[in-house]
Amino acid sequence: MDRIENKHYDVIVIGGGATGAGTARDCAMRGLKTILVERLDFTAGATGRNHGLLHSGARYAVTDQESASECIRENMILRRIASHCVEETSGLFITLPEDDLEYQKLFVEACGRAGIDAAIIDPKEARLLEPTVNPDLIGAVRVPDGAVDPFRLTTANITDARLHGADILTYHEVVGFVRTGDSIEGVHLRHARTGEQMTVYGSLVINAAGIWGYRIAELAGVRINMFPSKGSLIIFGHRVNNMVINRCRKPADADILVPGDTISLIGTTSTRIPFDEVDHMEVTPEEVDILMREGEKLAPILGQVRILRAYSGVRPLVASDDDPSGRSISRGIVCLDHEVRDGLKGFITITGGKLMTYRLMAEWATDLACRKLGVTVGCRTAELPLPGSDQPKDSEGRKRKAHIIELSTEQKAAEGRHGTMSRYIPSQNAQDDALVCECEQVSVGEVNYAIENLYVQNLINLRRRTRIGMGTCQGELCACRAAGLLDKANRCSERTLQDLRGFLNERWKGMYPIAWGETLAEIQFTSWLYNGVCGLDQVKESEGKPVINQ
Amino acid sequence: MNKHNNISPNGFEQCIKCTICTVYCPMTAVNPDYPGPKQAGPDGERYRLKKPLFYDEALKYCLNCKRCEVACPSNVRIGDIIQAARIKYSKHSPKLRDVILANTDFMGTVATTMAPIVNATLRLKPVKHVMDAVLAIDHHRTFPSYASQRFETWYRKEAAAKQAEYPKQVSYFHGCYANYNNPQLGKDLVKVLNALGYGVQLLEKERCCGVAKISNGLVEAARRDAKRNLSAIRQAVAEGREVVATSSTCTFTIRDEYPHLLGLENDDVRSQISLATRFIYRLIEERKAKLVFRKDFRLRVAYHTACHIERMGWSIYSTSLLRMIPGIEWLPLESQCCGIAGTYGFKRENYNFSQAIGEKLFQRIKELNPDVVSTDCETCKWQIEMSTSVPVENPISILARALDEEATREANGVK
Repeated sequence: MDRIENKHYDVIVIGGGATGAGTARDCAMRGLKTILVERLDFTAGATGRNHGLLHSGARYAVTDQESASECIRENMILRRIASHCVEETSGLFITLPEDDLEYQKLFVEACGRAGIDAAIIDPKEARLLEPTVNPDLIGAVRVPDGAVDPFRLTTANITDARLHGADILTYHEVVGFVRTGDSIEGVHLRHARTGEQMTVYGSLVINAAGIWGYRIAELAGVRINMFPSKGSLIIFGHRVNNMVINRCRKPADADILVPGDTISLIGTTSTRIPFDEVDHMEVTPEEVDILMREGEKLAPILGQVRILRAYSGVRPLVASDDDPSGRSISRGIVCLDHEVRDGLKGFITITGGKLMTYRLMAEWATDLACRKLGVTVGCRTAELPLPGSDQPKDSEGRKRKAHIIELSTEQKAAEGRHGTMSRYIPSQNAQDDALVCECEQVSVGEVNYAIENLYVQNLINLRRRTRIGMGTCQGELCACRAAGLLDKANRCSERTLQDLRGFLNERWKGMYPIAWGETLAEIQFTSWLYNGVCGLDQVKESEGKPVINQ
Repeated sequence: MNKHNNISPNGFEQCIKCTICTVYCPMTAVNPDYPGPKQAGPDGERYRLKKPLFYDEALKYCLNCKRCEVACPSNVRIGDIIQAARIKYSKHSPKLRDVILANTDFMGTVATTMAPIVNATLRLKPVKHVMDAVLAIDHHRTFPSYASQRFETWYRKEAAAKQAEYPKQVSYFHGCYANYNNPQLGKDLVKVLNALGYGVQLLEKERCCGVAKISNGLVEAARRDAKRNLSAIRQAVAEGREVVATSSTCTFTIRDEYPHLLGLENDDVRSQISLATRFIYRLIEERKAKLVFRKDFRLRVAYHTACHIERMGWSIYSTSLLRMIPGIEWLPLESQCCGIAGTYGFKRENYNFSQAIGEKLFQRIKELNPDVVSTDCETCKWQIEMSTSVPVENPISILARALDEEATREANGVK
């Protein structure tokens, strides 16, 4: 820690979501001395709580041409630079009998203007391409949608930032700014668990904290007109559809079904919420009803599929400065130079936007930072692949296929998660290859790799890096095994027990809104195991030290 | 929300990951390369649905014993998930050896015509070693000997004409084993059922039930056989005859594997397909018929519960029927897999697993040293006879031996 406190950085990036991670990467790649600070864990905010949809931009084509064009450009870039985070599934926009088929024409024209390859196909062909699609559809358009794993994407950006010399601090919350006159010169940080404070100095602070950036700006003494918008989603137990399915109509609730890794996701709802709820969001029964009702219209089989959990994320909607009421809110990128806007030197906010445009947001923020610092190095994040994606998926062709067949299931799964970085996952012996998480095929080797390399301090960090606990049993079998491995690394059984308790409660939180059928049986069984057999209910929350389960 | 009911193929999403199936899996206990039923079944299914490349060739180790399904508290058809995945994804095409082992009725037809020569040849050590080297059929195994006269031939010559004399009628699915290898079993069934007042008819052009073809990857051939069997069964049922079989595996295959693995619905006739011991036990239980046994019959019998009868939950019929025989000394065995799993144990690569799985059973049988082991499955019979030297008989054959035929006919009003 001394090392960090004694340094003077060019840039301090606040926020460990995709935008912050991407900004830290871009800054570090341009030779800036960079540190990223995050109050909890990477992807703990909106980045880890969305659809994981690799938007083609088609959804915005009719209503927001600018966002649509940004999306399709970034879509094509991510396929190249983040191939191990992306699944090129392709997508459908379907028209149902209750929708206006006229909208399809408007939609396809708008896609064309935005540069999105949108082709009208026969509804029969759509049913062949995606057998789960509602058979009553009367129209279908095929677009280059896909799936993107936000956890992997962020981890890869962090890894690359570090490879380029950036420092990374998780669980350090910004509690104040070092301010001299009208200039920001550093940040005061507090450790989330120990409460210890420290100060980091830098020439520039980039606020990339999503909706939490509102408070960060307040701390710095400036105001951004932001509106938290809550979106809820439901995760299904297995991969129901292999293509993204959207409704071809004006964007509305629960009209996107995305296949992602081993599961499918339906979402989202959209509700404005007050700021004091952004850290305590709950999925309501009404939201579950909407998601299921509308979801079944996209793919009727959803009514018969096991549901794993429900969750909600919060979009950072930003009103333009000349519209404080927030009536005409765009999903576009907002990059604020507070020196120009508010007379506050050394402070930049990058917000708005979407997961899809995180790289472009990072580019804008870094461009601005470079101008301020007098650095002329250009952005290369659109060209250089992320760690894990350094071999394009199909380059090795047949040779790679043969190699895939010889791999065990967990090795194939790990390769899917870490791309070429999976070569660093130990697989020397039966112990390394033993499974920690059976549903998601995570080996002891992969867990140890994550603990050593990917900033893992607790089980939730581990889940975001590897998918442990994300499968059917939601931590029932893997939580205790993973806790055992973490305990070896942490060497503190008290903390491990608290962590285990927190992790299982966090899993329960997501199951609670949809706790019926097998999900209810599963959680009951989990409760027998951990409370009845292991006595975890005897472990009380330790006093004074908050359990960090975020 | 009540309208949302989770329905998944073979119930794979009903799995709550309790892992009891893996505890009961005989293969998992002896083969560390087998991922176990939970991993190979419901867990693997999620990954295969994501991408077929996640299919793991280690699924070939599954015995299809279905003991995982018996153990499952959530009614997941784990064995079916694994077999269906093998059918759908396996890239290994059946070898010549597999085709030979699977085509039990073709091989039987050829072999029975030259039975003495075939039997003698198959017992020769050099021949066994050649089959091991060329076909990878393990040299420890001896093929069950072929009969020189098929059951069907005997039936047509000796029994068919008399069957119409009986007031009630059933159809008999004899299966390949009774037809080619052990016609005596078929004759025993005819004797017992006749004594109970039932005439025995054969099905119109019975084919192999298909179990060996399914497990050896010859699914299309299995489906063709299954369709012909089902149409013959439908015909029998339409004419008012229940269908009984003496093989637990044939019975299980026709009742459950046809709809689950071959996609052939049999709801209309499924309840009319039964195991002979169940059919007879129910007659006795419902006082529709009586059994009278010989006073001088004495036999120490150990009953082995074959996997597929365990899956159907029907061993109780066989054991209860045998225990009605007064001269029987009853030696129960724990229900466990013997390891042969049909053609599985004949393959060289599986021999050691097969024997390791059955080891505890063989030990127990040797300790008990019964006069005979009884089981409803013919392949268990081969395995136990080879591994313990104790003779093995179908319950129907023991029943036939213990039966006082005259007295039983009289008790049931049969002339």
